[in-house]
Amino acid sequence: MEWVMKALMIISLAVVVFAAVFIIFTIVKKGWSCITWEMVTSLPGNGFYIGKSGGFLNAIVGSLYIVLASTLLGLIVSIPAVFYLNVFLKKSSKIASVARLAYDVLFGIPSIVYGAFAFSIMIFIGMRTSLLGGIITTTLLIIPILIRSMDEVAKNVPSELYEASFAMGATRTETIRIVLRQILPGIATAILLSVGRAIGDAAGIMLTTGFSDTIPTSLTQQTATLPLSIFFQLTAPQAEVQDRAYAAALVLTIIVLLISLLGRFITSYFSKNKI
Amino acid sequence: MLSWRLAKEKVMSGVMFFITCASLLLVVAMGIGLCLRSSPILSEISLWDILSANEWKPAKNQFGFFPFIMGTVCVTGISIVLALPVSLFTALFLTEYSHSQVRKFVYPVLDILAALPSVIYGVWGTLIVVPWISGWLAPRFVSEYTSGYTVLAAGTVLAIMILPLLVSMFVEIFSTVPGEMREAAYALGSTRWQLSRRVVMKKSLPGIFATVVLAVSRALGETIAVLMVCGNLPQVPRSLFDACYPLPALIANNYGEMMSMPLYEAALMLAAAILFIVVLLFNLLSRIILKRVED
Repeated sequence: MEWVMKALMIISLAVVVFAAVFIIFTIVKKGWSCITWEMVTSLPGNGFYIGKSGGFLNAIVGSLYIVLASTLLGLIVSIPAVFYLNVFLKKSSKIASVARLAYDVLFGIPSIVYGAFAFSIMIFIGMRTSLLGGIITTTLLIIPILIRSMDEVAKNVPSELYEASFAMGATRTETIRIVLRQILPGIATAILLSVGRAIGDAAGIMLTTGFSDTIPTSLTQQTATLPLSIFFQLTAPQAEVQDRAYAAALVLTIIVLLISLLGRFITSYFSKNKI
Repeated sequence: MLSWRLAKEKVMSGVMFFITCASLLLVVAMGIGLCLRSSPILSEISLWDILSANEWKPAKNQFGFFPFIMGTVCVTGISIVLALPVSLFTALFLTEYSHSQVRKFVYPVLDILAALPSVIYGVWGTLIVVPWISGWLAPRFVSEYTSGYTVLAAGTVLAIMILPLLVSMFVEIFSTVPGEMREAAYALGSTRWQLSRRVVMKKSLPGIFATVVLAVSRALGETIAVLMVCGNLPQVPRSLFDACYPLPALIANNYGEMMSMPLYEAALMLAAAILFIVVLLFNLLSRIILKRVED
C-alpha cells in the first residue's frame, strides 16, 4: 500500500511537470520553425489572411498599448484601495473582510463575463468597439488581481510599524509612505501578475476591442491583440497563415515566461531586506 | 500646520473610501447590468423554457440553452475528474513526502503553468490533443470517425489549466494541518500514507471541497482554450468523442452577429448572466469555507 501510493504520487508529479514541459516544448518547436524576422517587425500586407506577406507587429503593439494603459489605470484605483484596507481600517474591521471577499469573488469572475458586461455598457452609451473599450475591460479585469496580491503583502506589515509611526505623531496619510516602502516588492510582483494576465486575456478583449490590421493612432480605433491574432490566424485554412499563428504564440509565450521569471527574481531579491 | 495635516487626512480618507467602494460596486453593477440587458428575452420566453429547450435557431427566435449547459457541465466534469486525483497526489507528495529541493523545482513549474495564457493552451490542444484523440484514442473505442474536436479534448486541456490552481491551494491547505498532529500520528506508529489519508486529508476535507468548488468555477468560465478544441456543435454530447458547445464559447463566437437582433443579444447576455451568477455563488461558497479553514 505504502509503495503503491508513493508511486502514484510520483507519477502524478511527473504528469504535472511533463505537461508544462510538453506544452512549452510544443509551442517553441512549432513556433521556432515558423518565425521569421519579417513577421515580428512588419504590419499585415495585402492578402495577409490568405497567406501573403506581412507580420503581426500590429498585434504586438496593440497588446502593449492595452497592457500598459490598463496597468496604469488599474494601479491608480488599486493602490488607494489597498492602503484604505490596511492603513485606514482596523485589522478586525468587518468592512475590510467583506471587501476582501468581494475582491476574491471578482477575481474569480471569468473574463468573458467582464467582456460581455463591458460590451453591454458600451452599447448602452453608444460606444463602438475600440482600443478604449479594451483598455477599460482589461482594467476592470486586473483591478481585483492587483488589489488582492498587494493586499496579501500589506497585511503582513507588522503592526508595530504602524504603532511606531502613530506614536511619532504621524497621521494615517503620512504612515502610508512608511508602509509603501515595505510593500514595494509586493507592488512589483502584483504588476507583473496583472501584466501576465492582461497580455494573455482574449475573451474579454474579443467583445470590446475588435480587430484591425494597422497600429491604432487614437483611442476610438479598433486594435489587434496578440491572443486574438493567434486565434484568428489559427482558424484560417492556409498553412502559411497558421504558421504565423504559431510564431505569434511563440512570441506571446516568451513574453509571459519572461514576466514569470522576473516576478520570481523580484520576490527572492527583495525578500532579503524586509522587516 | 496640524489643522492642515488633519484636513489632508480627512480628504485622503474620503477619496480612498470612495475608490474602494466604487471598485466594490463593480460586482453589483455587473449583476444589474447583465440582468437588465437580458430582460428582453425573459419577458418573451420563460427562463425555464430557455434553460430546458434543445433548439438553438436565433433566426426563428428559438433560444434553447440546454445543449450549451450540458456542454459546459460535461467539459467541466471531465476536467475535474482528470485533474483532481493528479493534483491531490502531487500536493500530498510535495507536503508529506518530498525534500524541499523538489519543492523548489516544482513551484516554478506550477507558476509557469498558471501563467500561460489560455490561447496558448488552445494552440497546444489543437496541435497535440486533438490529433491524438482523432488518430489514436478514438479509433480504439468508437467505430465512426471523429475529428478530435471533442468533449474529451476540451476536458483534457481544461484539466491541465486548472492543475496549478488545485495543486497550490491543496499544498497551502495541507500545510495548515498542525505539526503536532503529524507527530502524534507517527508516534502511534502510522505510516506516511496512513498519516496522509487519515490525518492530513481528513483534516483538510472542507478545504479540499472548497478548492474543488473554486476550480469548478474557474473551469466554467474558461473560454478561448475550450472554444478552440471543443468542436462548437450545439448538441448534447452523448459520449466523450462528441463535439460540444459550452456557454462561454457561445458568447465568444456570436457577439459579431447578434447586433442586428435584439432578442439574440439578450440571449447572449442571459448566457453571461447565468455564468456570472453561478460563478459568483460558487466563489462565495468556496471563499467562505476557506476563510473558516484559515481561522
